[in-house]
Formats: sequence, structure tokens, C-alpha cells
Amino acid sequence: MHNQKLFVSSHAPYWHNGSSISGKSYNIMIAALPAVIMGIFQYGLPALGVLALSISCAMIWELLMDIAMKRPASIGDGNAAVIGLLFAMLLPATAPWWLVVVGTFVAIIVGKQIYGGMGCNPFNPSLVAIAIIMLSWKGFMDFNEALLDYDLGFYMVYPLAAVKHMGTSALSNYSLTGLLLGQQSGGIGTTFGLGLIVGGLYLILRGHIRWEITLSFLVGVFVTAYFFNIADPDKYAPPMFHILTGYSLIGAFFLLTEDSSSPVNFIPMLIYGAAAGFLMVLIRNIGAFVDGAVFAILLVNVANPLLDKIRPKAMGKETEHA
Amino acid sequence: MIKRPFFGLARPSLKYPVVAKGDHGPIKEIPLPQKVTIFLSPRIKTHELILKAGDKVITGQKLRLTGDGKDYLISTVTGSIAGISEYTGYLGKACPAVTIEAKGDDQWDNEFSEKGKKVSPEIALEFFDYFPGNPDFPCLLSFQIPVNTIIINGIDKDLFISTNQFVLETETESLIEGIEHLKKITRASRIFIVVPTGLTAEAEKTGASVHAIDPVYPNTLLEIIAKNILGRAVQTGKTCEEMGIGFINAEAVASLAHAFKEGKIPVDKIVTVINKDYLPLNVKARIGTPVKNVLKALSIETEHGDQIVLGGPMTGTAIYSEDMPVSPDTDAIMVLDRSQIVIGSGSHCINCGECVRACPAKVPVNMLVRLLENGLYEEAAEQYDLLSCIECGLCSYVCIARIPVFHYIMLGKYEFFRIQSAEESNA
Repeated sequence: MHNQKLFVSSHAPYWHNGSSISGKSYNIMIAALPAVIMGIFQYGLPALGVLALSISCAMIWELLMDIAMKRPASIGDGNAAVIGLLFAMLLPATAPWWLVVVGTFVAIIVGKQIYGGMGCNPFNPSLVAIAIIMLSWKGFMDFNEALLDYDLGFYMVYPLAAVKHMGTSALSNYSLTGLLLGQQSGGIGTTFGLGLIVGGLYLILRGHIRWEITLSFLVGVFVTAYFFNIADPDKYAPPMFHILTGYSLIGAFFLLTEDSSSPVNFIPMLIYGAAAGFLMVLIRNIGAFVDGAVFAILLVNVANPLLDKIRPKAMGKETEHA
Repeated sequence: MIKRPFFGLARPSLKYPVVAKGDHGPIKEIPLPQKVTIFLSPRIKTHELILKAGDKVITGQKLRLTGDGKDYLISTVTGSIAGISEYTGYLGKACPAVTIEAKGDDQWDNEFSEKGKKVSPEIALEFFDYFPGNPDFPCLLSFQIPVNTIIINGIDKDLFISTNQFVLETETESLIEGIEHLKKITRASRIFIVVPTGLTAEAEKTGASVHAIDPVYPNTLLEIIAKNILGRAVQTGKTCEEMGIGFINAEAVASLAHAFKEGKIPVDKIVTVINKDYLPLNVKARIGTPVKNVLKALSIETEHGDQIVLGGPMTGTAIYSEDMPVSPDTDAIMVLDRSQIVIGSGSHCINCGECVRACPAKVPVNMLVRLLENGLYEEAAEQYDLLSCIECGLCSYVCIARIPVFHYIMLGKYEFFRIQSAEESNA
């Protein structure tokens, strides 16, 4: 052959902005760290154990499923680790090992892999797992019951349960600053509001999550809770209390914004977030569950494909029907 | 390579390096090659050609290609035809390639200088098919769809290319003259010149209406320019020409002036060479010069496994061999080191929405790519705006899963039109 020197051929573009799925996953994990470290600091080794077991189990389930489905191993993209981490953050520190193993199985296999893997899941995988656990083993997810042996120096009654059963008279036991700084019982990584906000803002600024969803969710929670509070101030807690307790903040920044199960167009994102906020307060205030975040988010996940049909007309199609 | 900024909240901002005035030294001329190759239009079939190997040709000579004498080729060197082969290009389109061996100095053909004393549309159609800058005169002069607005590109379509900018800065006089010729050739009532915001002073001298644009990709794509000037978008499924807007590169306009002044058909092309270190340099090369000669003259080293792109980083075409020639539409040659090559992945869409936010045509890329991956081309065109894509490549550039989205879209368009024409011929 007269020409041995050959060049690599590929399709345009020949540049890439350098982003990657693994980079995104690591950033989400970094953003979750403040809240996670606070959880470990508060609940000690059991919390660390749940976190470590959950992340490693999630990755093992992912690997096993890839092998079973004869797909290339995808644990390198970090998505399984993120799902494991978020799942553990929602659990109480006292969750038994088998609960974590079963939960991560549900999250990875039922929540994600059977749909075809990352990007194909209609629901947030971590929330699918939590929902199943909440319905199947109620006692382990009741924070008052689960954290009975802990006394961390603040009022240890789960705030949402307190309000649900005692009305706003229970509010005097909590201060907003305290709630923001993690002085409340709850999941390992859900109580430290300030940490979640800082982590979430980091993700928004880096462009890893869509701010429209977070903002509209918080507005949705605030407005709905505000009207409930006006209607009956003795029974329904004020809006800031709802934002700072339960799964609100982790939901706003980490769960609701999961890529696959959330819309990408502007108006759908606003509707999606606001609807989730509205439903969450509705379930909390007049529903059967103490915290409505899990089912509110799963419900709007269902609406996502429909919502995302609301989109701007493509260029060149604007005048088609004019 | 322009990376994603640390704060990735906004859309990607890909700025053009606008070359400051006076930065241009004398343009480097690439020595005349031993052999030139000229690609013919894919419309022409190789077996119909009446050219033969061994035919003597001289520079600027119009060579009739087929029996009816309509299609022609302009020889860019003096010598003899060495061979005719077939080259399979982008999307599998086959086109004949004529190789001419250069022998000695240029002797100029005088057919054009005799006929081309007066500027007329016929002359443009008869002689300017292989014009530097590749103007599409048959389309600009079409009688079915009159083009009444002509836009001169004073800025290049893709990043890092400065061919037209260079012409605008260094050949303002020729541009003024060329625009006069252009007015005589076409029936366009309005002539605009599009320039980056820094070069409006030069552009104003030309006499055309100046339209300054922020030199940020993809503002420089034809559809976006058309939308900005017309105030409405080019309808999906139509070309700019069908909307009455024609485009011509500044280089082609300046070449018009040279052609009529000197009585010679221009055979040199200005090419921006972008080296591995992203330092662009403008050179002048004879049309048909192999890329190898251009790189050698600039002492740019390449190795097996590097990447060479004709055109810019977003919309160019990679070539597998250095023997490929500089064509009338080759505005740039970009050399990428093997470490700089972007490798796509086989993973699927994770629905992050980056592409939807980056898309200047508001195409729902996240849904579109799902259909294209599964070969549902007709649904993609009907429901998810496949044909609205203006081919900027930003979706692939920002894709976090590194899906070759742009490749999928181009394949989808190709397949869709193939299905359509198959259905039409069956009907």
C-alpha cells in the first residue's frame, strides 16, 4: 500500500465540552456530603454503616444486573452509587442491614434496571425503594420508633409527626434556626437543612440540576402551606416549617431533580415542581402519611412524560398554523 | 477545545476569536503541487464522462465533462489528466474525482477572457462552478424561485475559521468591486453583508447594508442569520433560497472582482489551517492541492491515528487520508492530535436536558434521539421536529452521555428522505 498513514474518521462535532456522567455523579455525591457528614456526626457509626452498606450494595446489584443482562458494566458512571447514597440518606440510622440490602435491590433492579438502565427509569429509583419499605416495614421508617434510643440534646420527636398529631401547639418545641442546623430527628441525610441547601446551590451553579424544578417546588410548598396555615393556624404548620422538615429539602435538591424522571422544558419544569410541592403539603396536612414527599414526587414522576409534551415550537414551525 | 465552564448554569458560549486588524502578515502561498484532484458533483456519473486520461489541459481551461456539454470542470493547473476515479464521501454519496498532473508553469486559457468582458449572469453560470468559496450561482440565479436578498458572509460558519474575515479585512477594495458585479449578475434587490461586531468599519466601505452579529456560535449559521435579518425563521422543510434569501461567501465576492479584472478564473483558495495548538493561520492554496502538501509547506507533523477535519470543529468532515484535496468549499483544515479526538459512547440518553437548552432551533433533542436510536425516522420527523434541525452540532458538543447526537440526526434526515423518495416512486 502506498499510503500507510490513516486518520481517524468520525462525525462532527470534533469537540466536546468535557462533561461526563461520572463527573455529574461525583458532583452530586460531593454536594450531598455536608448533610451526610452531619448525619454521621449525629448518629455515629450506625449511620456510617447504613451509608456504606447502601452504596456498596447498590453498586453490587448494578453489576450483577449488568452481568445477568449481558450489558457492559455501568457502575463506573457512579449512578448506582448516587442512588445508594440517596437511599441511605433517607433511612433512619437504625435501619437493619437486610432492609438496606432489600431496599437497594428494589432501587437498582425494580426502580432502574428493568426499564433499561439509567435514563429510562420513569421514577426516582431511591424513592421507589423508600416507598416500598415505607409500605412493607412501616415500623422501621417511623422515625419516632426507630430513633427511640437516641438523645442528641434536642427535642427528638419527629417534627412532622408532632404537628400531625398535636397540631401547631407542638411547634414551640422547635425553632426554625434549629431545624435549619439539623436539630431535628429524621433520616441520616435529611435533617441538616443548611447543608442540603449549600449542596443544592452548588449543583445548581454547576449546572448539574435544573434550578427551575427546585425553585418551583419550594414555591409550591410555601404557597400551599401558607393557605393551609391561614385557613386553620391551630392545625396546620406555617410554610417555613414544611420547607425545613421531613424530606422537603433533600427532595427539592436531590430527589425531584433526578434527570430521567423529570421534565427538561421550561414550563413543564415549573408545573412539575409546583405540583410536587402542592401534593406534598396536601398529603402531609390532610393525607394518611406523616411525610408526603415520597408519594408526591413519585406521583409527579408519573406525570413527567405528559408534562414534557408542553414545549416551544421548533424554529421554522412557528408560523405553520398561522 | 473549549470546555464547559466551572459554573455551567448558562448555555455554552463559544466565542469566535476575531482576528484584530493588522495582525495579518503577508499570506503564505502553498507551492504548486505535482498533482491536483478535483471532485465533481455527485450528480455526474463517472461512466458518462468524456474526459480521458492523458488529455492535455491548461490552467483555467473549461473542460466539458459530458456529451451535452452542460457540466464542466475548470482545470486549476497546466498539465495532463492523470486519471479519473470515484470517491465515496459524506453519507455514502459517490462522486467522480479527476486527477490532473501538473507540468511546468501555468499557461492561461483565454476562453473566459474573451467571453467574460461583460459581466452577466450567463458568464457566472458558464464559468464559475468551481469558484473559490463555492458560490451556488445556479441556485442564486434560479428562475423558479427568485432570490431577492443576498447575504454576504463576512464571518465564517464555524469556529476558528477566519477565511472570510481575512478577505473582508485585506481585500476591501475587491469586495466593493465584487459587490458591483454581483448586482449585475443577480437580480437581488437587497444585498447585506454579515460581519462580526469588530469589523463593521471595513464592511461599511463596501456599500452593502451591514449587519453586525455577536461572534458567538451558532449565531453564524445561515438559518440564524436569515432569521435575524428577515425577522422570521426559515420554515421547516424549506431552504433559505426557497424563502428568497441567497448566501455567498465574502471570498467568492472578492474573487468575482479578480476574475473580471484579470480575465482569469480564480483558482486559488484561502484556507484557514488550524494546528494541534489551535493557532489558526490563513494560507492560499491552489484548488485541488492535496492536504498533505498544505501541511508539509507549513511543517505540520501528523501521525497515523491523528484526525484531520476539513472545515471547523463543529460542522467539518473528517478525512481518512492526507491525499484529499482542498476543494472550492474547503474553508479550513483542522489537525487534531490523537489525544484530542472525541470518542462517542454507546450509552443512551439520560435525559439531562443539556441538548434541549443548547439547541438554537428548539428541537426536543432528548425525545428525538430516542426515536432515532430505534430507527423511527418518520415519527421523528413528524412528531419531534427532525427536519427543523439546523445542523449546528451543539447537541453532541454538550451531551453528557457523549451520544453522537448530531450523527444520529444526519443519518435520520438521510434515511427519512430515502424513505420518502422510495414511497414517492412506488406511488
